Amino acid sequence: MADLAVSINGIEFKNPVLTASGTFGYGEEFDDFLDLGHIGGMVLKGTTLHARDGNPYPRMAETAAGMLNAVGLQNKGIDYFITTIYPRIKHYDTHIILNVSGSTIEEYVGVVEKLNDLEKIAAIELNISCPNVKKGGMAFGTSASSAEKVTQEVRKAYRKTLIVKLSPNVTDITEIAKAVEGAGADSVSLINTLLGMAIDAEKQTPILSTVTGGLSGPCVKPIALRMVWQTYKAVKIPIIGLGGIMNAKDAIEFFLAGATAIQIGTANFINPAVAVKVVDGINDYLERHRINSISDIIGMLKV
Amino acid sequence: MKEVSDFSVQKIEHYQDNDFMLYVNPINKKLNQGKPGQFVNILVEGSPTTMLRRPISICDVNAETNTLLLYIKQVGDGTRQLAQLKKGDNINIVYPLGNGFTTDNVKNPLLVGGGTGIAPMIYLSKELNKKGIKPHVLLGARTSQALSLKNMFSSIAHLHITTDDGSEGTKGVVINHLIFKEITTFDYIYTCGPNAMMQAVASIAQKNNIPCEVSLENTMACGIGVCLCCVTSTTTGNRCVCTEGPVFLSTELTNFLIN
Ligand SMILES: Cc1cc2nc3c(=O)[nH]c(=O)nc-3n(C[C@H](O)[C@H](O)[C@H](O)COP(=O)(O)OP(=O)(O)OC[C@H]3O[C@@H](n4cnc5c(N)ncnc54)[C@H](O)[C@@H]3O)c2cc1C
Ligand SMILES: Cc1cc2nc3c(=O)[nH]c(=O)nc-3n(C[C@H](O)[C@H](O)[C@H](O)COP(=O)(O)O)c2cc1C
Ligand code: FES
Repeated sequence: MADLAVSINGIEFKNPVLTASGTFGYGEEFDDFLDLGHIGGMVLKGTTLHARDGNPYPRMAETAAGMLNAVGLQNKGIDYFITTIYPRIKHYDTHIILNVSGSTIEEYVGVVEKLNDLEKIAAIELNISCPNVKKGGMAFGTSASSAEKVTQEVRKAYRKTLIVKLSPNVTDITEIAKAVEGAGADSVSLINTLLGMAIDAEKQTPILSTVTGGLSGPCVKPIALRMVWQTYKAVKIPIIGLGGIMNAKDAIEFFLAGATAIQIGTANFINPAVAVKVVDGINDYLERHRINSISDIIGMLKV
Repeated sequence: MKEVSDFSVQKIEHYQDNDFMLYVNPINKKLNQGKPGQFVNILVEGSPTTMLRRPISICDVNAETNTLLLYIKQVGDGTRQLAQLKKGDNINIVYPLGNGFTTDNVKNPLLVGGGTGIAPMIYLSKELNKKGIKPHVLLGARTSQALSLKNMFSSIAHLHITTDDGSEGTKGVVINHLIFKEITTFDYIYTCGPNAMMQAVASIAQKNNIPCEVSLENTMACGIGVCLCCVTSTTTGNRCVCTEGPVFLSTELTNFLIN
């Protein structure tokens, strides 16, 4: 057995495989399919200060090797999370990270203030990159100055580990990464979904109710890898890589490009037990290459 | 409990309307029989344009032979690929999913199925048979060719038919059938099929104060309640069709309400 443990800002993950926000619910939905104790951690659904009903149906369009979604952050709000969901999931033997979203800085701060004392929430992932909400969301993540500002304010209000999730819908992701690093982020995760659209040619209408939506799945992997690699060279804080990871081989590519941990998103829809398979596959890879520890391959791309 | 299981194809029967019946058995496992109205999510292999699983209703189960029956119509790449399956092939299925129909305290129900929505009516009729009820089933189709499953109802239900072109049964859409003249003799209605058909049926049900369960077929990504892509608008906000449905009371659904 290779050493799969990784550490991000002092949080020890038993392995580097996490599950991505919005694709893993609150973890409990996967009880029938896998043992959550076998994955490094899970990032929960995007949570906002107030309940949101999300966008109208249709919210999903399948595309070549991917899918577009326009869910629009449907969730019951932070108070419901704390009183109803948190007590149900806090027993899981894995790290729990809450994905936090908002339309204004005050909303982000309002949510994170309530999370300081939730013992089992190891970290928050600040979603400044959701393409599916009209106000705020992605807007914060597409300019270095607004990304810096929201990170600064959240940093002041939140004592534990702060991960900022970056948008790929930018010209230069390293600028944003450096800005949030400077503003006190402990880690960055990337990428969120890419803005895209799908059209029904027969009906001559958009497929999504919102016209545009966020692209995910295998088709985004090359872009995600490129951005992880660029960011790895630009910042010192650990990177969590995601985007199109379907199996252990994909995950290894992200480690080589510089990710300390990875997240699995869309792949959970296709095989709800995939996260554990990826953990096993990473171990097999390391053993096959006679590498003792996952840390030994992070950023070790031979260029 | 839900599971991910490999199934082997026992048989595939092709019908006349680009539709087919797939008979599959779980490999080295006992079939989870689920309940009528529940569905399975099939991984389609060999179609480059099909990444997500395809949801298909449980049409019937045969506990003795450990077989699950799935009735599928070819409408796109995924279902066309499934139509290529041969005896002995394997497919991967996540199941059983969704809530299913409720059959408690029902005495004289009417079942209305159209298109592939006919499929779950078979398993539902059999469940009602177990309670001593031989239900009235009304099937609607474009033409007699699209009624591949009608013989499966012969011993389990009183069958009624409408076709758009009049090639079989009453000519017209389902609500043109005379059975709706006696609608008040029914205490419960179940319907599955195209939305326009279900809306027409539900509106008659609501006018006559008869509870009506409708089974929705929203497009899905995960099928297990985590992506929130499949929601339908209800009187209590957007709800997941894959976990809180696919079966809803028509009065819960905002676009099924009559004013
Ligand atoms: C709960 C549930 C139960 C179902 N049960 C059955 C069943 O028993 N038998 C059966 O044949 N089909 C059933 N369906 C529909 C079936 O899932 C779709 O026909 C299938 O996913 C289409 O896949 P495809 O790749 O062949 O077509 P695609 O290429 O995905 O689509 C082809 C065309 O059909 C349309 N389409 C696809 N899915 C849907 C949908 N869900 N609603 C409306 N339009 C759609 C697309 O917009 C497109 O125009 C069910 C769906 C759900 C959600
Ligand atoms: C249906 C769906 C919902 C999502 N919801 C969120 C969310 O609430 N917050 C967030 O930060 N990212 C969300 N994402 C983005 C994913 O976490 C991930 O960044 C993206 O899908 C790329 O990874 P993948 O290709 O492995 O899916 C969502 C993605 C999908 C497909
Ligand atoms: S299909 Fe994902 S929540 Fe229903």
